[in-house]
Amino acid sequence: MPKLTIDGIAVEVPAGSTILQAAEAAGIEIPRFCYHERLSIAGNCRMCLVEVEKTPPKPIASCAYPVGEGMVVHTDTPMVRNGRRGVMEFLLINHPLDCPICDQGGECDLQDQAMGFGSDHSRYAENKRAVKDKDLGPLVKTTMTRCIHCTRCIRFITEVAGVPELGATDRGEHMEVGTYVQKALSSELSANIIDLCPVGALTSKPYEFVARPWELQKVDSIDVLDAVGTNIRIDSRGPEVLRILPRLNEDVNEEWLGDKSRFALDGLKRRRLDRPWVKKDGKLKAVSWAEAFSAIADKVKGLAGDRIGAIAGDLCDAESMLALKDLMASLGSVNIDCRQDGARLDATRRDFYSFNTSIAGIEEADAVLLIGTNPRKEAPVLNARIRKACFGRGIPVGVIGPDADLTYKTTHVGNDPTAINALHDGTHAFADVLKNAKKPLIVIGQAALARPDGSAVLAAAWRLAGAVGALTADWHGFNVLHTAAARVGGLDLGFVPGPNGKSVAQMLEGGVDVLWLLGADEVDTARIGANTFVVYQGHHGDAGAHRADVILPGAAYTEKSGTYVNTEGRVQRGFLAVYPPGDAREDWTIIRAFSQLTGNTLPYDNIDALRQRLEQTNVVFSRIGYLPRFGCSDLTGPAGDPAALSNTPFVPAVENYYQTDVISRNSPTMAECSATATATATPALAAAAE
Amino acid sequence: MLHDKDRIFTNLYGQHDPFLKGARSRGDWDNTAAILSRGRDAIIQEMKDSGLRGRGGAGFPTGLKWSFMPKQSDRPCYLVVNGDESEPGTCKDRDILRHDPHKLIEGCLVAGFAMGACAAYIYVRGEFYDEIVALQHAVDEAYEAGLIGKNACGSGYDYDVFVHRGAGAYICGEETALIESLEGKKGMPRMKPPFPAGVGLYGCPSTVNNVESIAVAPTILRRGADWFLGIGRPNNAGPKLFCISGHVNKPCNVEEELGIPLRELIERHAGGVRGGWDNLLAVIPGGASVRMIPKSICDDIPMDFDSLRNVRSGLGTAAVIVMDKSTDLIKAIARLSKFYMHESCGQCTPCREGTGWMWRVMTRMTEGRATIEEIDTLEQVTRQVEGHTICALGDAAAWPIQGLIAHFRPLMEERINAYKARISSPSRMAAE
Repeated sequence: MPKLTIDGIAVEVPAGSTILQAAEAAGIEIPRFCYHERLSIAGNCRMCLVEVEKTPPKPIASCAYPVGEGMVVHTDTPMVRNGRRGVMEFLLINHPLDCPICDQGGECDLQDQAMGFGSDHSRYAENKRAVKDKDLGPLVKTTMTRCIHCTRCIRFITEVAGVPELGATDRGEHMEVGTYVQKALSSELSANIIDLCPVGALTSKPYEFVARPWELQKVDSIDVLDAVGTNIRIDSRGPEVLRILPRLNEDVNEEWLGDKSRFALDGLKRRRLDRPWVKKDGKLKAVSWAEAFSAIADKVKGLAGDRIGAIAGDLCDAESMLALKDLMASLGSVNIDCRQDGARLDATRRDFYSFNTSIAGIEEADAVLLIGTNPRKEAPVLNARIRKACFGRGIPVGVIGPDADLTYKTTHVGNDPTAINALHDGTHAFADVLKNAKKPLIVIGQAALARPDGSAVLAAAWRLAGAVGALTADWHGFNVLHTAAARVGGLDLGFVPGPNGKSVAQMLEGGVDVLWLLGADEVDTARIGANTFVVYQGHHGDAGAHRADVILPGAAYTEKSGTYVNTEGRVQRGFLAVYPPGDAREDWTIIRAFSQLTGNTLPYDNIDALRQRLEQTNVVFSRIGYLPRFGCSDLTGPAGDPAALSNTPFVPAVENYYQTDVISRNSPTMAECSATATATATPALAAAAE
Repeated sequence: MLHDKDRIFTNLYGQHDPFLKGARSRGDWDNTAAILSRGRDAIIQEMKDSGLRGRGGAGFPTGLKWSFMPKQSDRPCYLVVNGDESEPGTCKDRDILRHDPHKLIEGCLVAGFAMGACAAYIYVRGEFYDEIVALQHAVDEAYEAGLIGKNACGSGYDYDVFVHRGAGAYICGEETALIESLEGKKGMPRMKPPFPAGVGLYGCPSTVNNVESIAVAPTILRRGADWFLGIGRPNNAGPKLFCISGHVNKPCNVEEELGIPLRELIERHAGGVRGGWDNLLAVIPGGASVRMIPKSICDDIPMDFDSLRNVRSGLGTAAVIVMDKSTDLIKAIARLSKFYMHESCGQCTPCREGTGWMWRVMTRMTEGRATIEEIDTLEQVTRQVEGHTICALGDAAAWPIQGLIAHFRPLMEERINAYKARISSPSRMAAE
């Protein structure tokens, strides 16, 4: 490891590091625009200039210059200061100084650094450049006159998002960033370029002229619109969530966020349930909480436990699911299920239903097999990790299921489950790729499990994992990729039918007389028997509320403190950013309040007590944020006969990325994205560019 | 004064057959296998001993450059020949390409052999259509005669030569931008390090040399380093092609020894300055990218790398642009500024923004529509660009203006004052 001195501070950094990285290690901040640690080095903004002794007497771009043994670097000499001042002047001569009407104002790198290196007046007496704005679709607003050509957006879209749709045309001062031919960006991660843009050239279209950063309340939370558990920050003003941004978490989302998770928030303001309703004479009537509760209590009274059931939806927090489970137990019911889609997940062992390798672990894998999953649509941030492994190290990826453009090169192994056994038997060439890999990774998606032969597929995938060496004492390469944020949490706390309990399908088809839907909107409500009394507890007037006899208004994920377990099994906690609208309440408190009417009051009076109960139910809930990684110590597979595979082709679990849940279905922005995506379905550009 | 016997480019003017038969009669391809049989190290040593400095403009020692190539490499190595001759005033490579292409091809073989390359890519400026046709014909001839290709010249060495057409961007003459362009990408210079000898064309070790540097190599190896070193001045050895253009009676290309006095060069070969030596105003001695020198310096300056550097100019490509007293120097430099603005690739900030700024101020300066203080601002802007960019185009854009300000600042002030006087005259305003 080379040792060098920066401004008199001695540091030792790994060979191959750049001066800028070494300076960061020494605690010295070097201004930069184009450099970004997750993108390739461009070295074009020239802001990070430093002076290195014993080199030609001119400043050096520290972001691109490798460190050397014994190097002596100065970051604050007259030459450096003048260089940076000069660059800043050049950046500003053609930058419209329209900060007062720029959405980036207050969180703009150029603004901040102009305070350090800018001048109080301009020496530029000529006309400024004006650049025509580009239309990049419904999410990213462009003001290209503000562009400083750092090319971060181009590099992100090409390298991380994997859709080479942005580039620079023309040269010199006429250089423009754009999509060559006018089109909307087709990436599910496109809006990250808004965060990356150091100026106001790319800003958020839905957030246009909405707020200033200093007006916002910032609350840390967890995204629930897919199962990745992306760490987010919710920015709100008063009762309104205005913006959602990613938070840094190297193990989960690095610093990326899917477009849906970022922009579905306007769905939080539409078709909200803000008061209890009870159906009287075939019509819903607004009632008080007491009336709504007593309507349910009347129905439940005297009913045998096995005639009562509960289904938990995809966005539920663990606390409310546990409260509902406890309520059902007190009513003598074991008819509970959190698998709305009927996925045949085996809840007996945690590694049968989690993404055991961990998301960060994908980067260690040297071969990947995707079974019945399209991670680009189901978990775009996780897909970016797979792409990172493919882009960086060129690892092979096999796909069983629809052959979609995943932004990296894939080998299509087959369309239906029998391909799994073809790999197991070695009759397909990709079998050797998996066998020869040291750390093979198998990902099985919900589309592979939510079908009649789901158990068989799960068992066959496990058997294949064992056969190719994916299950060893120090590498667990068997992974289930979920689409629902609530799913792993539900399975962890046992929100599955007890002995002789009824599954979702049985409950829907007349198996119960009272059915409690906790945010369950993705079940086919038409199948619910006419005589079933439906209680819908949730936050949107969607499918479940439509069928309900009693509606209990709950809180959306931004409006409650909740614990979520992501697809890896990582327990994370989000916090309340705004209060639920109207009479709506945090979900566990609703269940707790109702339990008083049943005579069996649930034994927790506050969320801490409930969380203690959560930890008692399953010890994993005591580890917040931290995910221990295990190898596979027990090769016994999940229940199911690996041979009983049908040859029905897999269908995609997520057809339309932009509209998968009640929040995104009610979001006008997502509706627009969905329409744009349908209108501009693009051919497999990325595969061609590999 | 270069003797005829010491000339390398004996068909510079195209009076003879440029192709294989004619080339052979001029001594090209004469027992090339014997040169190769000396071995890589001996060839590189001979080139180092000859003191040949790169003919593309920077004047970096060619033999030393070759020696940077790895001795052992698990990847293929390439020689890239820079024929993207776009420097204003320069047209020496063009004459080599069309009149003496076999000198270049033979040079490709010996240079490529010396650096362990498996192929040479000759990147020729797209506008040189006829030259490319001639070069391609010569390459085909050489393949047919077994001089290149498998077992080149019977030496047992396999070597390919490819001719690639550029699309006419000036920046593609910068070595790393040329590599990018050759790879099919937008011609934007790469950052150094890594240098091309480590990571070059297609990520493999590569060396980029100017056409002239490569074309003189076989002759140096035949006649020996001492012969070459005996021509010219210390540290500035050998004959060199000069391109003399502008206000001279007979603009021409001529091969002369380095260190020839500028006055002798112009008067002997270009028929003298139009209207006599005393009518000379200034000379840009090395292509548009170097600082101009006024007549007082021109009187006794020897034309070589070091002498010109000592007067804060440069030999560059040895394209001598002569300007007599009829020249509007400010307008001339403003035109060059426009060229650099147009040719800046736009990648890095100082050059992208600075070239446009400089051109706009220069345009006003031609009329005098500026203030005296703006001359200082302009000078500072050139300093802010110079040395702050990825490639040398920023420097090249700055130097002509610096040369103008250094030597002709009174002229600029005079113009500004004249403009001021003109617009402040009320009667004139009324008349308009």
